[in-house]
Amino acid sequence: MRDLIADALKGHGADYIEIHFEEGQATSIVYRGERMDEISRARSSGGNIRALVQGSWGFVSFNRMDGLREKVNLAVEEARLASRGPLKLFPTKPVVDTVVSQLKQDATTIPLATKKKLLDSYNGIMLSSPKIQSTRINYRDGRKQRTFANSEGSYIEQAKTDLNLRLTAIAREDNEVQQAGLSLGSNGEFSAVEGLHEQAREVARRAAALLSAPQVKGGEYTVILDPVLAGVFAHEAFGHLSESDFVYQNENLQQVMVLGKRFGGKHLNIIDDPTIPNLRGSYKYDDEGTPTRENYLIREGILEGRLHSRETAAKMGERATGNARAINYLFPPIVRMSNTFIAPRSDSFEEMLGDIEEGVYVKDWYGGTTSLEMFTFSAGEAYMIRGGKLAELLRPVVLTGNVFTTLQNIDAIGNDLGMNQGGGCGKGGQSPLPVSNGSPHIRIRHCVVGGR
Amino acid sequence: MEHRLAAEVLRSARKGAEQAEVFSVSSRAMPIQFEANELKQVQSKESSSTALRIFREGRLGFATASGGGDVDALVDMAVETSQFGSTAGFQFPSSRNYSEVRIFDSKVEEIAMERMVEIGKELIARIRGHTPDILCDAQVTRGTSTISLINSQGGEGRYDKSFFSLSLEGILVRDTDMLFVGDSESSCRPDFIEIDGLADRVIWQLEMAKKKAAVSTKLLPVIFTPVGVASALLSPLVLAFNGKSVLEGASPLKDKLGKQVFDKKLSLWDDATIAYGVGSYPFDDEGVSGQRLPLFTNGVVTNFLYDLQTAALADTQSTGNGQRAGGGFPRPDISSLILSGGDVSFQAMVQDMKEGLIVEQLMGADQGNLLGGDFGGNVLLGYKVENGEIVGRVKDTMIAGNVYQVLKELLGIGQEMRWVGGVLQTPPLYCSNISVAAKGS
Repeated sequence: MRDLIADALKGHGADYIEIHFEEGQATSIVYRGERMDEISRARSSGGNIRALVQGSWGFVSFNRMDGLREKVNLAVEEARLASRGPLKLFPTKPVVDTVVSQLKQDATTIPLATKKKLLDSYNGIMLSSPKIQSTRINYRDGRKQRTFANSEGSYIEQAKTDLNLRLTAIAREDNEVQQAGLSLGSNGEFSAVEGLHEQAREVARRAAALLSAPQVKGGEYTVILDPVLAGVFAHEAFGHLSESDFVYQNENLQQVMVLGKRFGGKHLNIIDDPTIPNLRGSYKYDDEGTPTRENYLIREGILEGRLHSRETAAKMGERATGNARAINYLFPPIVRMSNTFIAPRSDSFEEMLGDIEEGVYVKDWYGGTTSLEMFTFSAGEAYMIRGGKLAELLRPVVLTGNVFTTLQNIDAIGNDLGMNQGGGCGKGGQSPLPVSNGSPHIRIRHCVVGGR
Repeated sequence: MEHRLAAEVLRSARKGAEQAEVFSVSSRAMPIQFEANELKQVQSKESSSTALRIFREGRLGFATASGGGDVDALVDMAVETSQFGSTAGFQFPSSRNYSEVRIFDSKVEEIAMERMVEIGKELIARIRGHTPDILCDAQVTRGTSTISLINSQGGEGRYDKSFFSLSLEGILVRDTDMLFVGDSESSCRPDFIEIDGLADRVIWQLEMAKKKAAVSTKLLPVIFTPVGVASALLSPLVLAFNGKSVLEGASPLKDKLGKQVFDKKLSLWDDATIAYGVGSYPFDDEGVSGQRLPLFTNGVVTNFLYDLQTAALADTQSTGNGQRAGGGFPRPDISSLILSGGDVSFQAMVQDMKEGLIVEQLMGADQGNLLGGDFGGNVLLGYKVENGEIVGRVKDTMIAGNVYQVLKELLGIGQEMRWVGGVLQTPPLYCSNISVAAKGS
């Protein structure tokens, strides 16, 4: 294989060429109520070639390995269509390495019967709870064996597994329908989805309780975010702004995101780190073969760094950070996050709660999206805070705001860091990418909460 | 090639199965991407996948393979899953003759890469002619795909489809203020795509957003533009009309067949037969003929969307809406939706408003309780109306509502129908009493 690739890469007159190959397999199980809705297995194989000529890219993806040299030619030809001027990629040393996944209990090797039995038990618990009309369970595990080679001499083989589970309980009473859910995942370790019986019971209880919960009155509140939702905030609101492909060609945005500028209080540290072992967003090399490292995005409230591919790093005169990632061989790598989190401080949850006269405590993730400056994310669970104490359960709420103002408005950061491994990230048509995000409890002043 | 593989898979699968079906897709696409006003990347993508569905001891098994041609592995995976699959309540259809639906235009293949690059440049030049400091990302895509289906009951079908699309997203940054504008067009026929029409709509957005306007927290009337309808109201409706939601009793419409639920002036139908519609097909991904299916007529609920298995469980017929996202497991889904037009011009709606909003893009609209019909989110692009005139763009504003309340009685239905994203044709809708929450009020 290595010789075949080396041969295909020779003599095209391009500035840079890379080849990806991928072999994958996946298992997916979906329940809808008591019925097994879908159970499927999949295999895939394919690859792509990316060529850089005079600053612009050609990209060819394929399922069949034959005619590799012609495919490289096509990518080079495409790249020649538009010359944007010379571009040097950020220099990285050629790497030859093999990365194997080390799991105690690899989910992709667990028999289907075991997976089904476990999911049946969660489903049974939720379905037998009061007022639960239906459920959803979405389970997916997969393994990918990826090979990367480039015209600079890198040759990297990496194995990557991933696991994702979502449990949803749907409660109904008269015409009222409400749902609650639990979303989690792992780097393929099956134990992450075992022993969730109590959580399944709690999800069902919460869905039923929402039926009689009031809506929050829309407006501005002091809010406390739990570690899961604060992690989503770190990812959605700030993380995406740190992705340099949004910034590197946009001079106005570069002025907004000037390194050294203050974005929050001294207590605020936001970090993206693919090198933390065993999280969903962990990896050793990105999809351009760049070795990964810990990246401080905000240190003590000041913008310190951002996430780069080799191209964006070179254009901005900064270092490649190892954040060029593709969800699979059908797509070119783009700048993405890995494990993104707000670092813990010293405030306790009780202290944060104590001086709030009227506010909202928002927990758990339901969804989140961003348009750089503005974000919205929705909580799976919310409670009113009155006189420094948690009060009634609320219908699901949506929070929105301007990220710059909101970061400044974080006035307390807790001591209880938790990493959330559910869901996945979408960008540029590439979704879901395995990532994780986290935070301790944080408190935000003047946050717009939507309701009726 | 794909056909031979399909026949081989079918033969092999039948050895252990009562019935079998092979669905194959092969597609080629060429997206040309512009970033920050310049050509960034030219891509060509080829992919093919084969999906095998079997009934074995009465249970459904399912597996897919993309890339590799290993027939035995595909059959083994389908057999493995069939041990746990649900009971198959239907037969694979034996249809072989389907009415023609026009969805292929060979001109798509004749469009040179260079011409596509020109189209992108023309579009960006028009937008920058209006606002020189805007940064545009644009994509021009052409593609073709071949779908083939064969099953053990004698059913067989095959069709080719073409695709052409043009999209633009512009961002204008001033200090920490960001304005996002954009729109897209897609069709099976490249000459249905209008560069000027798309450019005009984006320029209109830029014009309306020139000034900023303040809004306070209260109930206000809202005009959803066609893009706004797709962005805010579509998802809860699609979910409620999905036969699966109805079957499990989770859809608020489950017992509403024949009942008045929406405004009397409003009708919605799903139509797989529209010539050159990107959602059109002669047969769905299970071999059932596509059709024009009324979902509600004059506000009265008439049909739900079904695939074969869901229809069997609900004791009804498939509506030809079995679809496989990415070649996967078939599920009920829309082909193209059409919401009936009305008799009020957009201008008249605006003039009728004393105070209200026009919503084009809602961010995070899908995050609420969709099953219950809720929508809500941040107004990514929207304008304030005062005394019958658009006075500027709103920011830091959320709206929230429920489609069943909002669409029960409309203040007006627009005359100006248009396609959004190739899958929904809709007029603007003028709605009353939407909850608006704004920062600083």
